[in-house]
Amino acid sequence: MTVVLKAENISKQYRLGQVGTGTLSHDLRRFWFKARGKEDPYLQVGVENDRTAKDSSGYVWALKDIDFEINQGDMVGIIGKNGAGKSTLLKLLSRVTAPTTGSISIKGRIAALLEVGTGFHPELTGRENIYLNGAILGMTRTEISSKLDEIVEFSGCQKYIDTPVKRYSSGMIVRLGFAIAAHLEPEILIVDEVLAVGDAEFQEKCIGKMKDISSEGRTVLFVSHNMASMKSLCEKGFLMERGRMTHKGEMNNIIETYLATTTKSSDSGEIPANASTINTGIAKYKRIQFVDAKGMMIERINYKADMRFQLELDCQVPLKDVIIDLRILTRDGIELVHTMNKYTSADKQPLAQGLNKIECTILNQLQPGNYTVSIGVHESNGLTLDFVENIFDFSVMNIGAGDDAGYTYDFKLGYVHFNSTWKIEN
Amino acid sequence: MSEQKWDLVIKPKSSLIDLRLKELWKYRDLLLLFVKRDFVAVYKQTILGPLWFFIQPILTTAMFALVFGYFGGLKTDGIPAPLFYLTGLTLWNYFSECLTKTSETFIKNQAIFGKVFFPRLIVPLSITLSSLLKFGIQFLLFACVWSYYYFIDGNVHVIPNLTILVVPVLVVMMAGLSLGFGIIFSSITTKYKDMNFLLAFGVQLLMYASSVVIPISMMGKYAWIFKLNPMVNIIEAFKYAFLGAGQFSWFWLGYSFVFMLILLFFGTIIFNRVEKSFMDTV
Repeated sequence: MTVVLKAENISKQYRLGQVGTGTLSHDLRRFWFKARGKEDPYLQVGVENDRTAKDSSGYVWALKDIDFEINQGDMVGIIGKNGAGKSTLLKLLSRVTAPTTGSISIKGRIAALLEVGTGFHPELTGRENIYLNGAILGMTRTEISSKLDEIVEFSGCQKYIDTPVKRYSSGMIVRLGFAIAAHLEPEILIVDEVLAVGDAEFQEKCIGKMKDISSEGRTVLFVSHNMASMKSLCEKGFLMERGRMTHKGEMNNIIETYLATTTKSSDSGEIPANASTINTGIAKYKRIQFVDAKGMMIERINYKADMRFQLELDCQVPLKDVIIDLRILTRDGIELVHTMNKYTSADKQPLAQGLNKIECTILNQLQPGNYTVSIGVHESNGLTLDFVENIFDFSVMNIGAGDDAGYTYDFKLGYVHFNSTWKIEN
Repeated sequence: MSEQKWDLVIKPKSSLIDLRLKELWKYRDLLLLFVKRDFVAVYKQTILGPLWFFIQPILTTAMFALVFGYFGGLKTDGIPAPLFYLTGLTLWNYFSECLTKTSETFIKNQAIFGKVFFPRLIVPLSITLSSLLKFGIQFLLFACVWSYYYFIDGNVHVIPNLTILVVPVLVVMMAGLSLGFGIIFSSITTKYKDMNFLLAFGVQLLMYASSVVIPISMMGKYAWIFKLNPMVNIIEAFKYAFLGAGQFSWFWLGYSFVFMLILLFFGTIIFNRVEKSFMDTV
């Protein structure tokens, strides 16, 4: 196996707050240290990358001492919470910005897809933009010409190819952008969450294309929050936490480690202040409790027994027309259930300023196994006010409740139970 | 570990004088596409289209001729005022537009630069080239006006001469100077935005201190101070070639040329240094 990408000891330091006041004085001090042959004084300071901790030095290490190697043909996924340094790492690899220390060695052509359709000019037609965007990504004009038909066909925009892209829908722009990038044929491809956009059919197409790329012996580095596509695409994974690469290994193990290390609610159901993946400060979940029919807190539930979640949401202002949602995921990150107050009797019920108690009862159709819960609250236009991922773990036992209480089921396949009727005719 | 040969090694800093021109050459197609984009996209959905290239210098020249020539009574070395001002303006417009636009390279292109890597120098180069196309069109206007005064009007003061052969070199120097100044300013503005303000009115003030409005012959013994501005020598040589007015000096042209070379060399070094991590400070 040949190593095609090797990162040695890379770190990236950022300055906190406004760049402006004090910039000149810091620069002068830096220059003065350098002139005397000393090391940059500001490399000694800086705190670990933790969004919630207060810091006084004014510098932060977005990445610290990252080392890894990637072999040719590997498909590697990088996972981690928001702000763990995933995107910063991709920026360094794609040469958008330089590391503060360390070095990255690359073999072969590298192309990064941190965004699709970079540099599209709204006034130019689809065809003109294919040339422009292709060239920005590093293709030559002849290369683009030879692949033009393929690109247009993959994007599914044949009809509009001579129309200015400002008339395109956002979905079409993404399609066209990905179509160009997919035909780049670099030795190493870096992809950042671009699959989060576009419709399901197109996403499938993109994943298929990425599989093709890797089966051709090329190397793919992939960052996403979508554990399901991570799992189906990547055999290897890196887990990042607070600017450090804490785990490397098989993707399945990495996802389990990731989900196990995310912040959990305490025994009394309290949600720690720093647990949110996304938070605007307007609303914040304080507590999540999983209770049985008698209102007792539990962590395990009988097969087919109704699930009751009690949530406490603290609002800074009264909120009208919000969507409250709850997701149940498997331990390896596949989203099984996504339920929300919309289309129920609690739809459009306003939330008061202060603490709101919310209860959600779900008919339990889960097969016995281990599950985890994410909760969120969003404005009706889609803006997320608070989102807490994997905050609570529970198990569904293989012991029945209600009519068939005490009956032990012994099957393990699948996640969801469906009622089915069978008929056999001879 | 066995000896590995890497195609690319990313490090915090590269050596100072590595201008990375080879990489630039690999992206030459992008350069042409950028030029095309700048040129084509600007006048899409306008009725007059490229005619705007003419309207702007015509109106400015008319205004200058009125204010400085008619009301101000400034001398023009015997050259008809419209022709005199148009000559200087055609050159200065190029310089000022190219300089202002290149100085915004990093700020205007943040969105692209933050997402994909290509040699950043491509952008100022493409601006220099697309401005050159625009200059070519405005030069046609100048040629028309000049022909009118020379052939039809038969003005005795308009005496073109063989130094016209030097004009292509003058154009290259003009482009080089605006590119050089532009990339230096763009590098500084990523961190210190004060430079933007300085540049905005600086270019305008500098025009009055160049020989666009006042012929160098009026400046007397302090003329050499004005000539330290490398653009002045180019404008003067250009005027001399087409109009026979103005001062032509191989010494001062040589000064401007060397000035340009040094400017471009250091400009590229500074630019290459800044481009690696400007995303963090811009």
